[in-house]
Amino acid sequence: MRGDAFSMRVFRPASPAEAVRLFAQNPDALPLAGGTDLMVGWNSGRLNGRAVLDLSRLEEWRRIEVTDEGARIGALATHSEIESHPVLLKRLPLLAEACATVGAVQIRNRGTLGGNVANASPAGDSFPALAVYEAFVHTVSKEGRRSLPILEVFAGVKRTALRPGELIERIDVPFLPQPPARQFFRKVGSRLAQTISKAVGAGLLWLGRGGVVLGCRIAFGSVAPTVRRLRSVEECLHSGRLTPETIEKACAALSSDISPIDDVRSTRLYRMAVSRNLLRAFLTGRA
Amino acid sequence: MTINFEVNGARRIFEGDPFKRLIDVLREDFALTGTKEGCGEGECGACTVLLDGRPVNSCLIPICQADGHRIETVENLGIPERLSALQKAFLEEGGAQCGICTPGMLLAAAAHLKAGGKADDLSIRRALGGNLCRCTGYQHIVKAVQKAAKAPRKPRRKKA
Amino acid sequence: MPAVGTNVIRKEGAEKLCGRAKFIDDLSFPDCLHGVTLRSTIPFGRIKKVSFDPSFPWDECTVATARDIPGKNAVQHIETDQPLLVGERVMHPMEPILLVAHPSRQKAYEALRHITVDYEEYDPVLTPEDSVALKAVLRAPDNLFKDVRIDKGDIAAGFAAADIVVEGEYRVPHQEQAYIEPNGMAAWLEPDGTLVAKGSMQCPYYVHKALMLLFNLPAEKVRVIQAVTGGAFGGKEDYPSVIGGHAALLAWKSRRPVKIIYDRPEDMASTSKRHPAVVRHRTGLTRDGRLLAQDIDVLFDGGAYSTMSPVVLSRGAIHASGAYACPNVRIRARAAATNSVPNGAYRGFGVPQTLFAAELHMDRIAEALRMDPAELRRRNLLREGSSTATGQVLRHSVGAADALDACLRRSRYAQKRKACAAWNKRSRNPTWRGTGLSFAYHGAGFTGGGEVFYASKAGLALDADGGVRVLAASTEMGQGEATVFAQIAADALGVPYGWVETETPDTSKVPNSGPTVASRTTMIVGRLVERAARQLKAELEEAAGKVPKSRPAWLKAVRRFLDGRPSREVICQYERPPGQQWDEKTYRGDAYGSFAYAAVVVDLEVDKLTYEVKVTRVTTAFELGRAIHPLFAEGQIIGGLTQGLGYALTENPVYKRGVMVNPHFTDYVIPTSMDAPPMDVVLLEKPYEHGAFGAKGIGELPNDTPAPAVAAALRQATGRWFTELPILPEKICKALHDDKL
Repeated sequence: MRGDAFSMRVFRPASPAEAVRLFAQNPDALPLAGGTDLMVGWNSGRLNGRAVLDLSRLEEWRRIEVTDEGARIGALATHSEIESHPVLLKRLPLLAEACATVGAVQIRNRGTLGGNVANASPAGDSFPALAVYEAFVHTVSKEGRRSLPILEVFAGVKRTALRPGELIERIDVPFLPQPPARQFFRKVGSRLAQTISKAVGAGLLWLGRGGVVLGCRIAFGSVAPTVRRLRSVEECLHSGRLTPETIEKACAALSSDISPIDDVRSTRLYRMAVSRNLLRAFLTGRA
Repeated sequence: MTINFEVNGARRIFEGDPFKRLIDVLREDFALTGTKEGCGEGECGACTVLLDGRPVNSCLIPICQADGHRIETVENLGIPERLSALQKAFLEEGGAQCGICTPGMLLAAAAHLKAGGKADDLSIRRALGGNLCRCTGYQHIVKAVQKAAKAPRKPRRKKA
Repeated sequence: MPAVGTNVIRKEGAEKLCGRAKFIDDLSFPDCLHGVTLRSTIPFGRIKKVSFDPSFPWDECTVATARDIPGKNAVQHIETDQPLLVGERVMHPMEPILLVAHPSRQKAYEALRHITVDYEEYDPVLTPEDSVALKAVLRAPDNLFKDVRIDKGDIAAGFAAADIVVEGEYRVPHQEQAYIEPNGMAAWLEPDGTLVAKGSMQCPYYVHKALMLLFNLPAEKVRVIQAVTGGAFGGKEDYPSVIGGHAALLAWKSRRPVKIIYDRPEDMASTSKRHPAVVRHRTGLTRDGRLLAQDIDVLFDGGAYSTMSPVVLSRGAIHASGAYACPNVRIRARAAATNSVPNGAYRGFGVPQTLFAAELHMDRIAEALRMDPAELRRRNLLREGSSTATGQVLRHSVGAADALDACLRRSRYAQKRKACAAWNKRSRNPTWRGTGLSFAYHGAGFTGGGEVFYASKAGLALDADGGVRVLAASTEMGQGEATVFAQIAADALGVPYGWVETETPDTSKVPNSGPTVASRTTMIVGRLVERAARQLKAELEEAAGKVPKSRPAWLKAVRRFLDGRPSREVICQYERPPGQQWDEKTYRGDAYGSFAYAAVVVDLEVDKLTYEVKVTRVTTAFELGRAIHPLFAEGQIIGGLTQGLGYALTENPVYKRGVMVNPHFTDYVIPTSMDAPPMDVVLLEKPYEHGAFGAKGIGELPNDTPAPAVAAALRQATGRWFTELPILPEKICKALHDDKL
């Protein structure tokens, strides 16, 4: 362990207002939620000498509220709390399932949805679900409040569109107006627990009379610098029927939506093939 | 910074760097060396303790985040002369070999059982998915947890 | 009641379960400093200059370099080619250059950031192929740590008579031991000048010998103590001598206790692993599947220094032909030097590499012959009277056929193969399924003349308080040594298990029973304990009559026997069993006292969408002579098989320029509880007369078997041969997609 506790400056705001004020005064401070990512970096010694804004006392940001329209998930709600929330399990099952695949129980008990989003890893397990549910990320800073569509939060690998001094206070996930005919979530890692995704996907599909696609939302993670909605694929499918030909056309369109790479965890070919297989299985109803 | 927290049922005060890790405070300041560091990255689970009854990696928690919370470590589970049902099952079923993952493994298992988790093979394996063991191949651990699940919940309490 | 053969309670179990067992990092020492290591960042070159940032408070630190070493700057392994600290020439990345100690571990790490090293870089040799081609000379004259040739029969005649010849090439990567406790050692000087080292280790006397050389001290001035060791698997055989030397050097210079505890990335990136290997087979057989000739070439990547490479290679070579009787065999095996972190011991010790090749090759032969893989193996299996590649004639305790048959029966291998084939015909099924078999043998004890050379000693002490202590330097590291020795001693002495304890290995208290390696502890050292206990029993009975059953009577008998002495120690020394012989020059003779045998059947399925492999069941049958502690034996087997599954499927150390670039549990993927399949273990016993109570060593054998069985099962599932480990989903995906291109 190479982190030096003595070198750290720690702010522990007791209220959101105090957090915003402290962050405005110390924009270089590292916001700390569940610590499951930040502390790994700190243990390696990379973050010595930094200031940390510990958000863990902000009970207001831990709550999960359910309204008629959707769920308002406090930024500090943990993956465990989301995966076991009875309403979310029923109304936002892809998100609950995604949260249940994050790390292992120890990580899920600490890691938060807000922290996951702010961390902006290309492999964030919850992002495809948030993308297909078209979640909004609510932020607060000295300048005021903003609401960003989830996809606009991510600016690149481990980079967000959050401004200096801006914190995520909650994530609003709207309920679906109509229950989908099909849905899927699938995480592909390197083992069956405690793993980082090599490809992760979520999808929703609404079908009308005669199998016409009324709506379709599909997103994949770990296959581009940020989570991707498959806009070209969705375009291919919209208003048509799910014939073998359209499905193949949609699968072919996948390569314009994602741009996987070779890295220490996997290969471009694998990520591309698996994403295509999962997409095809979803569209053919075999996922 | 002053941290007030509960460790194994006793109120404790830690006065020191707020960013000192929970694992280091337990091991260095309170001599609770049963909590082990295997990776310092939240991957191996050897440093698992219970925070408000839930398993967490103590290598990923700065002590300031434990302020006002309840911590349980392996030292709270039992003593050699009076093992808990879970520890006894580990002993009888070969659930501990080298012993380095054992404290974390026991706490993850204890939390699972206490939360009313199921005792089927898959549920136990899921609950222990964050605790790496290189010795056992897990099978004897899973058996031990199953055995403990069948044991009467509360160990007989002896009067001191 | 006899203890041997029963599942007595683990001696140190309760301590471990209560968090009371003291691992090295759990111990604190007064005025202790924390030591850290400055390491090379290049694979090959020369240090031009080391600069210290003058603004850093160096007076708070102790800095030790090669010049501070009072004795020879060399770590005693088999050879002494590895320096404790770089003098000038850098041979691999992560090579220790200098050491810093500070009362605060963080400050010590901080100090490292204030040291700059200037290098002159040379072109590194990074593959064993480049090494044998002498791209650069790293080790004169030929870059080889060892070159083994084994010749049996007439290979040319064998091929001339063959109906069919099958060739194949197989590749295996590094494998990390992945003990959960990282390496750690502490050292200090006693007031009388004795240098003491304590830590996580397998071989106290290895560290002892290394410190004698480094500090130019006589044996009695060096003391090495094992702390509770959190897993080792071979990974704490060689490097504790390096780390212990480092801690000792800092302690020597600072005159304070010094502790060095590696963190995970440092441990993974800087210490030895299983050797990567390339193995080529050319095999001639008759039409009905009788082996006629095996021509095998083995090339190991040894890394920059020899460490354990010569003996790892030797064992790998001897086992390279598989557990089969073939009249004509030629094996050439070489371990070559490269500018990478040294490779060394990992449970299996060269055999998982060569056996993966041998066994998968058997499957390819079976397919070429259109023969059932089990039947091909049965026809060639070693039996009583067979001779191995080194010409060792197997006379006793040859349970190969029993193990194969038991495993096939228990796993319902034949039915499963058929069921998988049927399943794979249905295209709508979400997976492909396969069942694969492999067979292995593993020699127990040191190779060849090793046991005779080492002449280990172990025994026991009877104390005035009636206690019996087993005295051996063999270490408990989870495998159950402390328990098993107590069982053996108790039964041989005729006392209850509870009356016997096993002494913690401490070179000032226990004799040198040799390193805790080579599947030798129960069979070889246990036998010494058994002999000593029988001798003590005889002495006791002569002085005090029959060994009493009740404790008061026992205490009385002990008092009468000791007659005022504080204790009686009986130590026995290894003696070569009659008839065993070995010629190191020609590699002919009895390579091992005995072999244990195992068959394994792996059932798995491959997800058609993701190519993820799920092992659904492993069935194994082990012929182990005698199971002293059946539960522990099963624990060893299941644990070893799980490591073998990791080797086969997920464990992928990525090396760039001679060093592992994914030294984290995040990216070096070992099996979790979710990945490990249910395992069904059958134990078979054919006692070996020279092993303790008939036991043979089985510590390593379970690591040898899974990988080829996995590859065989994947052949059935996917129709592809995977001849290179690990068989990642990426490789399966690529193999299946390449067909479409």
